[in-house]
Amino acid sequence: MKFSIQINEGPYQHQASDSAYQFAKAAIAAGHEIFRVFFYHDGVNNASRFTMPPQDDRNVVNQWAELDIKNADGEPELVVCIAAALRRGMLDESEAKKNGIEGNNIHPAFRISGLGQLIEAGIQSDRLVVFGD
Amino acid sequence: MLHTVNKSSFERNSLQSCLNTIDDTSVILLIEDGVISAAKNANSPMLADLATQGRVYALQGDVDARGISTKVADNIKLVDYAGFVDLVVEHGTAVSWV
Repeated sequence: MKFSIQINEGPYQHQASDSAYQFAKAAIAAGHEIFRVFFYHDGVNNASRFTMPPQDDRNVVNQWAELDIKNADGEPELVVCIAAALRRGMLDESEAKKNGIEGNNIHPAFRISGLGQLIEAGIQSDRLVVFGD
Repeated sequence: MLHTVNKSSFERNSLQSCLNTIDDTSVILLIEDGVISAAKNANSPMLADLATQGRVYALQGDVDARGISTKVADNIKLVDYAGFVDLVVEHGTAVSWV
């Protein structure tokens, strides 16, 4: 079955990103496909490549990156909502350039895109499961 | 439908909202702080009624993490993440109460 996941909460806040990650891992282990993970609202903070938790703690961002969810064209399907991201200072290379800002912080396993990607995930997937606050 | 509840009923009224809305065939899965409602002494009569019908589940890992594994009400079924995935497959649309 084709699953998509929506995450509305940042890392290390409650548990949403961890629950969603465990769910995604279990779904993949059961032979299901993760079509897309959409990071919305504070969930966009799960995509920061500057995340540096203490060594004895899990790295939520790298965990997602290691799941390596991509489409047939090899593009990441860990999708960060552009409006939510820009509001919170989350920029990829092209958005940083466009806005004249030096540096960018979106992890390369993620990509920035619009809300249409969430709607499409809802249409294309058999199930959409929401985690968050 | 599968309804997930992820907040304790001592913190928010999302479980009650869910219970007020749920139809006769849907099931509830308590996750994260939502598992607090699976404890015997926290049980609402409406949740207990659904549990006797075998329609209430709680996520084992979250129950264990909160130290209430010996206090879970008898009729509430414990599932792991694989069981969570199966519930989503089986019950169609998943609604998240937060």
